[in-house]
Amino acid sequence: MSKGRFGRYGGQYIPETLMNAVIELENAYNHYKDDPEFKEELATLYKEYAGRPSLLYYAEKMTKDLGGAKIYLKREDLNHTGSHKINNVLGQCLLAKKMGKTRVIAETGAGQHGVATATVAALMGMECEIFMGKEDTERQALNVYRMELLGAKVHAVTSGTQTLKDAVNETMREWTRRVEDTHYVLGSVMGPFPFPTIVRDFQKIIGEEIKKQMMEAEGKLPDAVIACVGGGSNAIGAFYEFIEDKTVELIGCEAAGLGVDNPKNAATIANGSEGIFHGMKSIFCQDEYGQIAPVYSISAGLDYPGIGPEHAMLNDLGRARYVPITDDEAVAAFEYLSKVEGIIPAIESSHAVAYAMKYAGTLPKDKIVVINISGRGDKDVAAIARYRGVKIYE
Amino acid sequence: MSRIENAFKNGKAFIPFITGGDPDLETTEKLIYAMDRAGADLIEIGVPFSDPIAEGPVIQEANERALANGCTTDKLFDTIAKARKNTEIPIVYLTYINPIYAYGKEKFMKRCKECGVDGLIIPDLPYEEKGEFSDVCKEYGVDMISLIAPTSHERISMIARESEGFVYCVSSLGVTGIRNEIKTDVAEMIQLVKKETDVPCAVGFGISEEEQAENMATVADGVIVGSAIVKIIAEHGKDSEQAIFDYVKKMKEAVLKA
Repeated sequence: MSKGRFGRYGGQYIPETLMNAVIELENAYNHYKDDPEFKEELATLYKEYAGRPSLLYYAEKMTKDLGGAKIYLKREDLNHTGSHKINNVLGQCLLAKKMGKTRVIAETGAGQHGVATATVAALMGMECEIFMGKEDTERQALNVYRMELLGAKVHAVTSGTQTLKDAVNETMREWTRRVEDTHYVLGSVMGPFPFPTIVRDFQKIIGEEIKKQMMEAEGKLPDAVIACVGGGSNAIGAFYEFIEDKTVELIGCEAAGLGVDNPKNAATIANGSEGIFHGMKSIFCQDEYGQIAPVYSISAGLDYPGIGPEHAMLNDLGRARYVPITDDEAVAAFEYLSKVEGIIPAIESSHAVAYAMKYAGTLPKDKIVVINISGRGDKDVAAIARYRGVKIYE
Repeated sequence: MSRIENAFKNGKAFIPFITGGDPDLETTEKLIYAMDRAGADLIEIGVPFSDPIAEGPVIQEANERALANGCTTDKLFDTIAKARKNTEIPIVYLTYINPIYAYGKEKFMKRCKECGVDGLIIPDLPYEEKGEFSDVCKEYGVDMISLIAPTSHERISMIARESEGFVYCVSSLGVTGIRNEIKTDVAEMIQLVKKETDVPCAVGFGISEEEQAENMATVADGVIVGSAIVKIIAEHGKDSEQAIFDYVKKMKEAVLKA
């Protein structure tokens, strides 16, 4: 069995054309990850450009309203470009630049990863092309324009279901077309090794900050960390620092769309089975013949038929648990946090808020729950209005 | 002698590709016979998959047509078994790894053996990952065909040493599809293979014209054509038999000129 395993998951199931590229990436990453100069440059970008550390905010009104555990929000929505995606993109683009790559390509679902990639490409003077499912370009038209404004070329992907999975397919195809000068900035903890490791390492700062900030605020560890999961990058970022702290419950919230019993959902752990796709062995929504299922969620960022291999392992080990959240629950949470705390969360992050709303009230008041607000919800306002039948101009 | 070895006994080999079940399985069976009659030396049949990441638009659409028409792994095996009663032409599957994994690797290889599928080309199973599947392939006598790409460089020797059936030389970067020009030094790639093994080399990706096929056949043992054939099927649908026969015949003649 090959390198890059998380339990029995992970691996490198990709065309031969890309093998030398992932080996080169692994070697470069191993070289730079402990290089003091690289670490210093990245730390400076995090601080001066992305605005890290992001705040850990005590949601007092929400805590009182739900009447249970104390709720803190990790404000990844306050990062430059409005989500946690910038953490990974800064790391990968800096690495790509060191490797001599002059061009970056990326897939995007909701547009958050695409916007982050376009932003950092502009900053670092790299050519940038983004692949986005056609359906998503329509759901997130504003983000398409935003990427173009940042100098990126956006391709609307018309194959398959025209969503995130197809955007990944097309970015992989593009990488095989032009691999010498191009780095694929994969946006989540998925794909072939070393991507799940690299993306986790660039995102684990979220959990490291949570721990430090929580010790300062409360002098103890939280009792639960809750995050939404599509591929799972913000969740692994929030969880990773706490994996050895067994008292901290780790909860991933999957998109259940219209419900786990309805075919229109994207709840991989709830409904999926083991498979090999997009370069990795993991859990996927698929039929008996291994055809990947056309999944659905109101959230373009969680509308993905798989989950990162490390999450699949954490689920097997019982170290993290994964819960399905429906569109209705996520939208209600979107509106709730907006009204109660004056914070509009991304519809992706709203899945985590929704579970906290169910869970916090069942816990005693001396318990502490952290919700990772992975992104801000400005991009979703028009879609939520449509969901509620309100006609507005974007 | 395995059927795949026979494919390289009639001069330079011509290897056509079709997607199984495109547009339907009855046509697939008829096309197998037509290509056999036209002089094809080995037939490559794509197992339709929802997300064929190594394919260009032409073959992606063929996969969609086949799945939309209800082709499944089981039904395709049944069709091959039926055809196998009437032809001895070597047949290999081009399949992504997930359909094998979901079906169960043991059960899949057993069906290959029963139905007369002689080998497998798995574009998303590189050298590093094949170990998980190679034992069961061996057990059922199914050759696992290795691919080498223009970016393989120093990996070619390692891959060639463990190759079976034939080595699939990917002529170009990118996905499958018709190309005007092939820029890779295919001859050099093949030389590196030949240093390590006597297993024949067939070149694929981008080839559609007789002249290209003839040129490739001067350096390789065989030539593989996919998109150009699938395009003919897309145009003629269930009535593709004659057009495919004519195309395969002229391409086999072209490779024999090399």
